[in-house]
Amino acid sequence: MSGAGLQIKGVDKFYGPVDYGVHAVKKLSMTIEKGEIVALLGSSGCGKTSTLRMIAGFEAVSRGQISLAGREVHTFAPVKRNVAMAFEGYSLYPPLTVRENIAFALKASRLPQNVVDEKVAYIAKLLEIEDILGRYPSSISGGQQQRASLGRALIRDADLHLLDEPMGQLEPQLRAVLRGRIKHYIKEKGLTAILVTHDQTEANALADRIAVMEGGVLQQFDTPQMIKERPANLFTGTFVGEPPMNVFDATVTVSADTAVFGLNEGVRLEYAVSDFSPAVLAELRNRKKVSLGIRPYAVRRAEGGVPAKVSVSQWLGDQTHIAADFAGGTMVLVEHDRVRLGLGDTIALKLDPHSLHVFDGETGVAVSHGPELA
Amino acid sequence: METTSTLEKTLRLLALTLVVIFFMFPIVWIFLMSFQTNETILRIPPQVIFEPTLSNYTALITGKLTSAAGTLDIAFMKNLGNSVFLSVTSVALALVLGVPAAYAFARHKFKGSEDIAFTLLSFRFAPPLLVLLPLTQYFQWLGLANTYIGLIWVYQLICLPLILWIVRGYFEDISADVEYAYRIAGHSWFATFRRIALPLAGPGIAAAGLLAFIFAWNNFVFALVLASADKQPVTVGALAFVTSSGIQYGQIAAAIVLSVTPTLALALYAQRYLVEGLSLGAVKG
Ligand SMILES: Nc1ncnc2c1ncn2[C@@H]1O[C@H](COP(=O)(O)OP(=O)(O)OP(=O)(O)O)[C@@H](O)[C@H]1O
Ligand SMILES: [Mg+2]
Repeated sequence: MSGAGLQIKGVDKFYGPVDYGVHAVKKLSMTIEKGEIVALLGSSGCGKTSTLRMIAGFEAVSRGQISLAGREVHTFAPVKRNVAMAFEGYSLYPPLTVRENIAFALKASRLPQNVVDEKVAYIAKLLEIEDILGRYPSSISGGQQQRASLGRALIRDADLHLLDEPMGQLEPQLRAVLRGRIKHYIKEKGLTAILVTHDQTEANALADRIAVMEGGVLQQFDTPQMIKERPANLFTGTFVGEPPMNVFDATVTVSADTAVFGLNEGVRLEYAVSDFSPAVLAELRNRKKVSLGIRPYAVRRAEGGVPAKVSVSQWLGDQTHIAADFAGGTMVLVEHDRVRLGLGDTIALKLDPHSLHVFDGETGVAVSHGPELA
Repeated sequence: METTSTLEKTLRLLALTLVVIFFMFPIVWIFLMSFQTNETILRIPPQVIFEPTLSNYTALITGKLTSAAGTLDIAFMKNLGNSVFLSVTSVALALVLGVPAAYAFARHKFKGSEDIAFTLLSFRFAPPLLVLLPLTQYFQWLGLANTYIGLIWVYQLICLPLILWIVRGYFEDISADVEYAYRIAGHSWFATFRRIALPLAGPGIAAAGLLAFIFAWNNFVFALVLASADKQPVTVGALAFVTSSGIQYGQIAAAIVLSVTPTLALALYAQRYLVEGLSLGAVKG
């Protein structure tokens, strides 16, 4: 049922006077279904926290509407919105112990003491903070404060949980363990959550859908798989994925039976027209300049490919990262075996047509992914 | 801790002792004077050994001042009572008005809020006497001259800006997100103010209150001009010790000891809050 989840409609955020202040969030619209986990991904300062704070009611919405669980909440006081939040800066209450900090989130719901104790114990176990429940925020580590703050948000039964970088301070092992548990907990209780993160693995593992933001603008809002396979524009393409997508400027010429991409330094990539759908060919004919993207995992070494000179070759324990000089830039490729290559060795690279992403040369909007139109 | 040599320790101790003697001497001297009669005080050279007497204190407490020229009625105890009453009520009123105002100024920036806050502070810049002349006129018209209410009102000029500006700083030091975290859990802003902001700023409020109390207690000019004998605090009442037959040093000393005691007691009591206030920075989140 639509309306049960979160709906953001044309929301703008200006810090300072409307239209003149800092434009932190621009015309943001998105709908999040009840029970969904959404990850908000984007570079620092792109407006993630501002978005969460508007949803929670700590910042006024400059323009637009937000509705949650069927109610238009953007004019409500925070207390009326029924939203839980884990803050970027933890914001634990210093005079209270960790236990009390977590429990006070339940104060307003007037549960009997034994139920509160039970819930706190459960959350503490989930987040592995049982042994610090009796301590004060000033005497625990950053990662422990972060988990206490996360516990304080998760323990509540809110319509929406906003988690602002909830695990940024934790070591990868613990993060991996908690990720699984938190996802299970959220799904089991049927909670709806928005999670801000800088960790793409976390976004992929936890989220049903990922929202990519940049410069206050929502770039793409889709499942992790779609974002990876069909990035909506050059920004999403290069921002999501590790190592990042290789991008080269190219001119495109489509003739009767070939489509040719001309890269710098005279590198020519020639494909048969049958490699692309007619619609894609039509789009390519309309353009002279494009940006050609290919993921490091999709680059192949093969006989007869374009020669490239190896500049870096690094075995990471489970895969080899190779960087090679290619068409005036650098092509990064990943191989799953240990590859012994010396610096300056020449390798031959093949870019298969089905793994090519073509973006408009000026706007960066995706034109095609493989043979299909974007 | 670095290890310090014995010489350094000794020198440090010596320096400390000198500083303490320098600052404590007048107080100790006055304390000693308060147990002497005028004759022993004025003897030259001054004597450190004397026969202590409580006559100064009894004179103050009974209100009968015996001097060479005869007995004189003084209202010292009444003055002391006035001082306590005026200072306590003024500070209380200033806290009731100033703390919420400080919170508002700290949390809700609106057009002109900075100007209003500064205007309130500027009351402290004006030379009191300049304010007092027109004020006396107004108070006479309003029937507020020589009333406690009028005095307490004027004392707000001293207490309110002080409390407002000090407490505001403490509120600003509390991370707003700590309050948001509480509000989002289903509490109103007032509950948040009472349960989160007030306790966290508590030490700061105590410090500001104490400071305002000391300023109010030490005030002289306002009360001198606006209050007659029965409403006067000790600062003004002490003038009575300058009599036609000489200055009653012993009684003045005793009066000083008595009038310093409440402030001193308060400061000692509030000391631990002040220390807490300083350590607030370590825990603000
Ligand atoms: N109170 C404020 N006043 C003015 N500008 C602000 C304020 N808060 C944030 N901004 C600006 O708004 C933009 C978005 O900030 P926001 O905190 O939402 O970024 P973010 O995506 O959460 O970044 P990060 O990943 O670093 O946490 C930034 O340019 C920031 O400088
Ligand atoms: Mg942020």
